[in-house]
Amino acid sequence: MRQGSARWLLILPPLVFLTVFFLIPFAFAFKISLADSIIAIPPFTSLFSTGPDGHLAITATLENYRYLVTDDVYILSYVFSLRTAFFATLICLLIGYPMAYAIARARRFTQNVLLLLIILPFWTSFLLRVYALEGIISEHGLLNKLLLGLGVIHTPLAIMNTSLAVYIGIVYSYLPFMILPLYATLEKLDMTLLEAAADLGTRPWRAFVDITLPLSLPGIIAGCMLVFIPAIGEFVIPALLGGPDSLMIGRVLWDEFFDNHNWPVASAVATIFLVLLAGPIALYQHYQMKDQAQ
Amino acid sequence: MSGRTLPGGLIAVLGFGLAFLYLPIVVLVAYSFNASSLVTVWGGFSTVWYGRLLHNPQVLHAASLSLQVGVTAASCAVVLGTLAAVALVRIRRFPGRLLLTGMVHAPLVVPEIITGITLLLLFVSMAQMFGWPRHRDAITIILAHITFCMAYVVVTVQPRIAGADMDLEEAAMDLGATRLRAFVDITLPLIAPALISGWLLCFTLSLDDLVISSFVAGPGSSTLPMVIYSKVKLGVSPDMNALASLVILLVAAGVAVAGWQMRRAETRRKKEGSVLF
Repeated sequence: MRQGSARWLLILPPLVFLTVFFLIPFAFAFKISLADSIIAIPPFTSLFSTGPDGHLAITATLENYRYLVTDDVYILSYVFSLRTAFFATLICLLIGYPMAYAIARARRFTQNVLLLLIILPFWTSFLLRVYALEGIISEHGLLNKLLLGLGVIHTPLAIMNTSLAVYIGIVYSYLPFMILPLYATLEKLDMTLLEAAADLGTRPWRAFVDITLPLSLPGIIAGCMLVFIPAIGEFVIPALLGGPDSLMIGRVLWDEFFDNHNWPVASAVATIFLVLLAGPIALYQHYQMKDQAQ
Repeated sequence: MSGRTLPGGLIAVLGFGLAFLYLPIVVLVAYSFNASSLVTVWGGFSTVWYGRLLHNPQVLHAASLSLQVGVTAASCAVVLGTLAAVALVRIRRFPGRLLLTGMVHAPLVVPEIITGITLLLLFVSMAQMFGWPRHRDAITIILAHITFCMAYVVVTVQPRIAGADMDLEEAAMDLGATRLRAFVDITLPLIAPALISGWLLCFTLSLDDLVISSFVAGPGSSTLPMVIYSKVKLGVSPDMNALASLVILLVAAGVAVAGWQMRRAETRRKKEGSVLF
């Protein structure tokens, strides 16, 4: 019995804390997405009320969800977010894979130094790194100065406040998240397989496609999900670097909350967003579990 | 294969990638020493912007709030996260195990804007129902930060606990130590490096968080990232360059020192271990 109660001293604090502050909030978001927007504090109606005869009355509406379909901006921003996250992830993979490969094949000491260089940005402030990027790609930034100085261009490139800046921002911020899981699988790769293939006369390119690539698939999936999932919900990057047309869902949510004060619609947007994310998250978890089981 | 020369193309991509990761930070730090108030023109070396920061009450107030929130949230998250990790590793079966597993990992993949909104709705609804929290202030920010930081603690600490040798603890218990005593004296020192890195990770994440804090903070409680965001939204400014440089250099120094300490402790333990056994 003593053993049993001690167990619960261990289990209950984190279980209760996360239930209250992580799980239950989703229930509230869903509840408020079924409420009406009113001008009050807080700016939404109550679902449950007691009528004059003492009966409990429930007033729920799907109006907010209908509104999401009728106003273009929500569908457009979902599509834009998915598209941006997809292509940014692809660019991260194309840059990150060779980098991870090179690190995995370097000498021990070099490998540790390179890994530290990849991990360090992960520890530095995300907001400040996005801000730092502005110094490079803004109208008077380093890139334009360099290209103008070299005579490559004659008028400064307008990168800031465009979708291109959002792509650069996402790749810049999330590249380490792509490299680390890729490195982890590539480092474990059994090199004798490649040597055997080479002995049998396989060309290096062929061996890469047939051996290295399939074996590093878990790393590719983990890396892509670690970039793709947070990139869809990104707020700071489109807000600081993007233009008025960089309508990502995170930004729409932010504006709906802080500028329009329409909490019920924002809750509906958040609910749908979470449902859309369930697929990629489940895929990621599935591969994580499989990886841990091995 | 280790040590064999790499194709030049690979090295070029690696170099380009690293330059891409570091150049913006180097430029930012360099321009924080720019005497000119025009961010585009180099006007000579100066530390004037660092001096200005020390006389900016808004920045100082926000920095002190952020430090308080960071220390408190990181400490609570380490305690709760370690409890969760021990429970998940040591107790094979208990009701709610699956729920706990899901909840400790999910915050890693749920976008922070969703976490922020749902937590705000929770606090508002709780205030309606129980009259608490009456105001949104440091407490609500701390609770929110603990929620998303815990996941990182579990991820860092769990493998350590799983790798810790149970035999030593059992030996201690055979010699009469209580289970708690055995854990505190034997396993805790073994997992200490993971606890420290988990704490540091939480602290830097908390210090950096803009989105979640913006939702759960009340009018009078702006954290450092919130102040920085409201300024840099308007464009590059030299005093923000100075502030950013300070934060980046402090964090980099902290991480380097912690990493070095942990590595030293690890090698020392390995050496002692090999002498002992």
